[in-house]
Amino acid sequence: MRTSDERQRNPWLQRFHIDGPLFVALLIMAGISMVTVYSAAGENMAMLERQAVRIGLAFVAMLVVAQVPLAVIHRWSLPLFAVGIVLLLGVLLFGESSKGAQRWLDLGPVTIQPSELMKLAVPMAIAWFIAEHGLPPRLTRLAAAFLLLMIPTLMIAKQPDLGTSLLIASSGIFVLFLAGMSWRLITFLAVAASAFLPVLWLFLMHDYQRQRVLTFLDPERDPLGAGYQIIQSKIAIGSGGIEGKGWLQGTQSQLEFLPERHTDFIFSVFAEEFGLLGVIGLFLVYGYIIFRGLQIALRAQQVYQKLLAGSLTLTFFVYIMVNIGMVSGLLPVVGVPLPLVSYGGTSMVTLLTGFGLLMAIATDRRLVMRNI
Amino acid sequence: MLQPRRTHIRDTQAEASLFGRRVWVAMAIVVLVFSILLSNLYKLQVSQFEQFQTRSNDNRIKVVPISPNRGLIYDRKGRLLAENVPVMSLEITPERVVDLDNTLARLQQLLQLDDKVIADFHEARRRERRFNQVILLDDLNDEQIAKLAVRQHEFPGVSIEARLVRSYPHGEAFTHALGYVAKINRRDLNALQERGQGANYAATRTIGKLGLERFYEDLLHGTVGYRQVEVDIHGRNLRTLSIEPPIPGQDLYLELDLDLQKFAYELLGDRRGSIVVIDPRDGGVLAMVSKPSYDPNWFVRGISYQQYQSLLQSKHSPLLNRSTQGGYPPASTIKPQIAVLGLEEGIIEEDTQIWDPGWFEIKGVDHRYRDWLSWGHGWVDVNDAIVESCDTFYYDLALKLGIDTISGFMSQFGFGETTGLDLFEESAAVMPSRGWKRARFNEPWYAGETVSIGIGQSYWTATPIQLAVATAATINRGKRVVPRLLGEIVDGPIRLPAVSEEAEPIILRDPSHWDVAIKGMNDVVDKVKGTAHNAFRGASYSSGGKTGTAQVISIGQDEEYVEEEIAEKFRDNAMYVGYAPQENPEIVVVFTVENAGGGGRIAAPKARELMDFYFEKVRTDADQ
Repeated sequence: MRTSDERQRNPWLQRFHIDGPLFVALLIMAGISMVTVYSAAGENMAMLERQAVRIGLAFVAMLVVAQVPLAVIHRWSLPLFAVGIVLLLGVLLFGESSKGAQRWLDLGPVTIQPSELMKLAVPMAIAWFIAEHGLPPRLTRLAAAFLLLMIPTLMIAKQPDLGTSLLIASSGIFVLFLAGMSWRLITFLAVAASAFLPVLWLFLMHDYQRQRVLTFLDPERDPLGAGYQIIQSKIAIGSGGIEGKGWLQGTQSQLEFLPERHTDFIFSVFAEEFGLLGVIGLFLVYGYIIFRGLQIALRAQQVYQKLLAGSLTLTFFVYIMVNIGMVSGLLPVVGVPLPLVSYGGTSMVTLLTGFGLLMAIATDRRLVMRNI
Repeated sequence: MLQPRRTHIRDTQAEASLFGRRVWVAMAIVVLVFSILLSNLYKLQVSQFEQFQTRSNDNRIKVVPISPNRGLIYDRKGRLLAENVPVMSLEITPERVVDLDNTLARLQQLLQLDDKVIADFHEARRRERRFNQVILLDDLNDEQIAKLAVRQHEFPGVSIEARLVRSYPHGEAFTHALGYVAKINRRDLNALQERGQGANYAATRTIGKLGLERFYEDLLHGTVGYRQVEVDIHGRNLRTLSIEPPIPGQDLYLELDLDLQKFAYELLGDRRGSIVVIDPRDGGVLAMVSKPSYDPNWFVRGISYQQYQSLLQSKHSPLLNRSTQGGYPPASTIKPQIAVLGLEEGIIEEDTQIWDPGWFEIKGVDHRYRDWLSWGHGWVDVNDAIVESCDTFYYDLALKLGIDTISGFMSQFGFGETTGLDLFEESAAVMPSRGWKRARFNEPWYAGETVSIGIGQSYWTATPIQLAVATAATINRGKRVVPRLLGEIVDGPIRLPAVSEEAEPIILRDPSHWDVAIKGMNDVVDKVKGTAHNAFRGASYSSGGKTGTAQVISIGQDEEYVEEEIAEKFRDNAMYVGYAPQENPEIVVVFTVENAGGGGRIAAPKARELMDFYFEKVRTDADQ
C-alpha cells in the first residue's frame, strides 16, 4: 500500500514526526469542532475560547508524544498499565463523585480521570503482551490477555461509566482481533456474550442503565423523561433535511430543546444546521482519518506497532459509531462524546495523544528508511 | 529491535499478511457501519424530513391566544355605562418561577407589601388555571412600576402587564341592571367547555356573572385572536411570527337613560325599594333601580371574602334585584284590572253601586274584612272604587268572581310568570290558584282568601317589572309588551335595533271595558277624591295611575294600624303605578318603597318627581 506521498516526504514534517495527511484531517476536525461548539453553546465566546485552548493543548500533547522514540513507548506499555490500575483502584476507594459516578481522582494539585489514561494504556499493554510472541497468539495467551483486559474494563464499568468501559474493552479486543485470533473463537465468544446478556441485565446493570436500554428500544414510551433526549435529537437531525437550517439557525439547538447539545449530542446540532450534505462531509473526513490510521498500521514494521496503531484507529471508529448511532436512535444512550468535535478537554487530549502515538509509528525512522 | 530472550525465529512475512487480512476485514466493517449510519441519517433527514420538520415547529412555535376587547355598554343617548380601562398589574406565572416563596419574599420587601397581599395571591393561585399569570398586585402606581422595571431581571416569571379591566363609572346606581363581570372560575370554565366555547375564552379572564353582562355575554365577549410566537424550551417568547387579531365584542346601546336612572336612584334616598320605568309602546326599560345596592366594581377585580359575606348577610339584601326578583303583594295597584274582569264577567256594570260601611263580611262567617277607610266610602260605583281605592267593593267583587276566574284572567297580564325581560335574575312571583295552593301547601282554597285576592293581598305577589307590564297592557287596551333593557346592538358600522318577541294580547269580549279602567286611573290623578290627586296637583302634563298600600303583616280583628307604633320592617309597603301622558302614554312608572307607609302619601309624590324630571330633562323629540 504505497502511495505517492510516502516517497515524497517533506523532510520538515519527518523531522518533527508529523504525518502530513493525518495532521491536515485533524486540523479540519478542529475547525468543525470550533464552528459547531460556537453554535451549540449559543454563541458563547468564553466557551469557544476554552475549547480553542483545549484543542491547542491537545495538539501540543499530540506533537510531544509523536517525538517520543517507539522503543520508549514500547518499554512503558506495561508500567503505564500498572499505574492505571492503581489509579483506578484509587478512584473506586477515594474517587470524586460527579453526576452520580466516581470518575475523578484528586491528587492534590491536579484532578485526573484514570479511565482516560486507560484508553491508551490498555491497547498499549495488550499489544505489548501479544507482540511478545508471534502471530497468531496461542489460546492460553489470548485467554491471559483477555483477563488482563477485563480488569480495567470492569473497574471502570463499576464507576459506573458504561461508555468508557465499552471503548476500553473494544480497544483491547481489537488488538486480539488484529493479532489473528481464530474466527472459530470469535464466533464462540459472540455466542457466549449473547448468552451473558440476561445475566448482565439482571445482575450487573444499574437501574438507570436498564432505563436507558428500555428507552432506547422505545423512546416514545417516556417522551418527557428518559426518551426526551433521543426524541429531541432525532427531531433536530430529521428537521435539518438535506441542506440544513444553516449555521446558528438550528431551532432545536438554539432554542435549547436539545439537551447536552454541546457535548454528547453535538452531532445533532451539526446535522440540524448543515443537513445531510454536511453529515456526508463529516463522514468523509472521519473515513479518511480511519483509512489513514489503518494504512499506518499496515505499513508499521513491528507487530507491537501494527497492533497499537490498528487498535487506536478502530477505537476511534467505535467512538464515532457509538456516538452517532446513539444520537440517531440506533444505539442506546451511553455517554460517549463525538470524537474531536464535542466540547470538553479530556477526551480531546486523550484522542490526540493517541494520534500522537500513530504519528510516532508513522514516522518511525526505520520505516522511512525502508520506504526510501 | 533486538530481542535477546527470544529463541525461535519469527515469520514476519506471515505475521504481516495475517495482520493485513485482518485490517482489510476491519476496513470492510468500517465501510459497512458507516453505510448503516448514513442510510439511517438519510431516512431521518430525507425520507422522514417533513415529519420531523413539523415536530420541530411544534416545539418552537406556540400559539398564544389574545383576548378580544369586551363590548362597551352605552345608555340610550350614547353615554358610557360600562367601559374598559387600562391598569398596570404585577403578575406572576408560578410555573415559571424557580423558588416562588423566595421571589414573593423579595417582592414583598421591595414593594413593602402586606402579608395579606401574599395570602391573597396564594388564594388566587389556587383558583387560577395552570400556566396562567396570577395577579399579585392590581393597579400599580408609577413608583412601584419604576422600582420593578429596574430590577425586572431579578424576577424571572414576574411581569408587569397592562390589561383592560371592566369599569362601571356610575357604580351602584346601575348594578342590578348592568350586573358585572368577574374572574372566570372552574364552574364557568366547565360550562364554557360544555357549550364548546372553551377555546374562545382561552385568553379571557373575566365573564359576565350578573345582569346584562351575563345575559348578553355572547354578544359582548367577541372572538379570540391568536399570535404565533417562537419560544425556547423555557417558554420565553422570543419573537412573534404571525398574528390573527381578535374580534372585539359588540357594543350595546341600552334603553336605559343615564340621567333618569341616577335621578331615580337618588329619589329613593335611604329607603329600600324599586323604581321601574318602561315605555308602554315597545317595552323599553328607561330606568330600573333597586335599593340598597353595592358597587359592582368590587367584583371585577376580586371581592374580598369579608366584603362578600357582608353583602350576603345584610338583612337588607343588597344582592337582590328588587325590580325583578322582589315579590311584593301588588295591593290596590291591580284594582283596575279586577274591575275590567268584573265587567267582562257581567258581575258588575259601569253604574253598579254598592254600599261600603267600612268593612265586608262573608255571609255566615264572623270575620270582618276592613276597608282602609274605617268609616267607609258610602255608595261607590266602579269608577269611585278605583279612584278612592275602595276595598269593600273589591272584596265583594272578588268573592263573586271566584279564584279560578281571577287567577286565569290575571295570568294573561303576566302575573305568576317571568316577563321575558333580558335578565336572568327574574322571579315569576306568585299568582295563586287552587292548583298552586294544593301543590304548595297541600291545602284546599278557602273563599276567605279570594276576598283578600280582590285587593292584591293574600298569597298574591308580583315583581315591580310585572306590575309595569300589567299596567302597560291595561293602558294599551290589551296589547302586551315584553320589557327589554337592550336598545341597539352595534355591529361594525351598523346599529341593529333589538327586537323582542310579541306577547299574546289580552282580548276582551267588550273592549270598551278597558276604558273604564283607564278612565278610573286617569281620575285617580284628576279627581279631587283621587288618591294621587294631591301628589300630582299642578303637573305640567296629564297622567294616570293607581296607588297601593300593601300590608306586610295582618292586623288583628280589633286592632288599629298605627304606623308609629309598628316596627319599621312590619310597616306597609308604599306602591304607585302610573303613566303619562294620558293620551298616548310614553312612560309607565312603578314605584315600590318598602315599609314606608301609604302609597298615596309616600309613593305617589315620588312618582310625581320622577315624571316631572322625565318631562323636563329626559324626554327628547324622539320619545314623543
